[in-house]
Amino acid sequence: MDRVPVAKGVFTWPADPRLIGSRCAACAIVTFPVQDSCPRCAATEMAEHLLPRRGRLWAWTTQEFPPPSPPYAGPTGAAFVPYGVGYVELGEVRVETRLTRTEGLRIGMDMELVLIPFRTDDDGNEVVTFAFRPVDGPGASM
Amino acid sequence: MDVAIVGVGLHPFGRFGDRTGIDMGAIAIRRALADAGVEWRDIQFAFAGSYEIDNPDAVVALLGLTGIPFTNVYNGCATAASVLALAADTIRLGEHDLGLAVGMDKHLPGAFSSDPRLYACPSWYGELGHFLTPKFFGMKINRYMHDHGISARTLARVAAKNYRNGALNPNAFRRKPLSEEEILGSRMLNHPLTQYMFCSPDEGAAAVVLCRADQAHRYTDKPIYLRASVVRTRRLGAFEVHSPWLPIEETAGPTVDASRAAFEKAGIGPDDVGVIQLQDTDAGAEVIHLAENGFCADGDQEALVAEGALEIGGRLPVNTDGGLIANGEPIGASGLRQVHEVVLQLRGQAGDRQVPGRPKVGYTQLYGAPGVAGVSILSI
Repeated sequence: MDRVPVAKGVFTWPADPRLIGSRCAACAIVTFPVQDSCPRCAATEMAEHLLPRRGRLWAWTTQEFPPPSPPYAGPTGAAFVPYGVGYVELGEVRVETRLTRTEGLRIGMDMELVLIPFRTDDDGNEVVTFAFRPVDGPGASM
Repeated sequence: MDVAIVGVGLHPFGRFGDRTGIDMGAIAIRRALADAGVEWRDIQFAFAGSYEIDNPDAVVALLGLTGIPFTNVYNGCATAASVLALAADTIRLGEHDLGLAVGMDKHLPGAFSSDPRLYACPSWYGELGHFLTPKFFGMKINRYMHDHGISARTLARVAAKNYRNGALNPNAFRRKPLSEEEILGSRMLNHPLTQYMFCSPDEGAAAVVLCRADQAHRYTDKPIYLRASVVRTRRLGAFEVHSPWLPIEETAGPTVDASRAAFEKAGIGPDDVGVIQLQDTDAGAEVIHLAENGFCADGDQEALVAEGALEIGGRLPVNTDGGLIANGEPIGASGLRQVHEVVLQLRGQAGDRQVPGRPKVGYTQLYGAPGVAGVSILSI
């Protein structure tokens, strides 16, 4: 079984995973994911910009029911496992992300990027996504 | 040119089997026409709002093919506010004298869903389960509670108040009062929001007849004046639904922008408002929107809710007809349902739900995906 990323260009892969954002050449705002034009100054020169691996939890909730499919492609029905969702502040940008836990989450806690199994695709590959886990505690990892 | 509302009509909100959205729209329109004492052939133009119905103007097949300009509008959760604003502006510009705003919808049960690419979001965002509104509301209120000392008990009190008001409203979807304990004890969906703290998509229609204010007395001895109708979208830095990222620099949301612009246009302040309709997609949204619309400072809601200020007999009556929590959200109709309730309250015709002391100014606010808000201010 091969491991494949949920999409190309979202995070570096497979070694040293980092989220791939972009920075505006004109006003320096950082976006995630990469986009071609700037949402602040409308300039069209955006350069790829790797985000830090560690940051702080800015907001969070739990997802305790399966989202509607499509577009959701993860496990549903009895296979669904509730997960955390939040925004993690990574230097110059806050990124929306899955969290590896639903318990013990606190605004302001230190978080780090991990890659976790998300689903198995039609070809039998293990689809991997990015997530964040508390730095000091146990969380899912590869 | 000032604008007056001279007729309102509602098809109840809820679940109605095989009855189509267009049928519900026609029923709401006939009720609004009857309320104004006019015929369909008198209507010079119309705007219609819907999410599910491609061409709600097809309602003319049920009312009469009179050839009027009839424009369909979809603008997210602010659809009905946009319909009202466009209809009012048509009169303000002097284009026509008498027109109609109508909203109708018929949603399937369950959270709204769509293709994220249509919202300028990447496909993987939807694949991962992020393209979903309830968890945004969970994050927003969770952060707000952390910053401003709001408790889960306050969320339950707000939801219980809306179910209680819904029980007094024969047109509401949910007409059974629920206790705070039942609300807190219902299934957790998106921490801290439980199932009974959320509204549901459903079915319904609402219509409003508008005219030049100087002609209003031809139709009614109780005209309600539309003092402002404003729509705004998010600016960079607002904490909005369907955002894969946010900048560090924070900005007020579109509700704040729409509210300030509407109060300025109307020349009225929050202290003058006697009856309030806020977007309560969930109980937390009502709490946040009370401050975003200028009715209190951030954090004051904890004490205001505990003392009953948001009740029908309180000093800030909010969602007197049960709001979205008791009426559900047929997107195209939701904001005109708010206007319907405010018009009844200002006329003194709200029956068991009547705010005591005859309010003179009413306020309505819509908010939702993808970061759009609409505010209307009405007065006698």
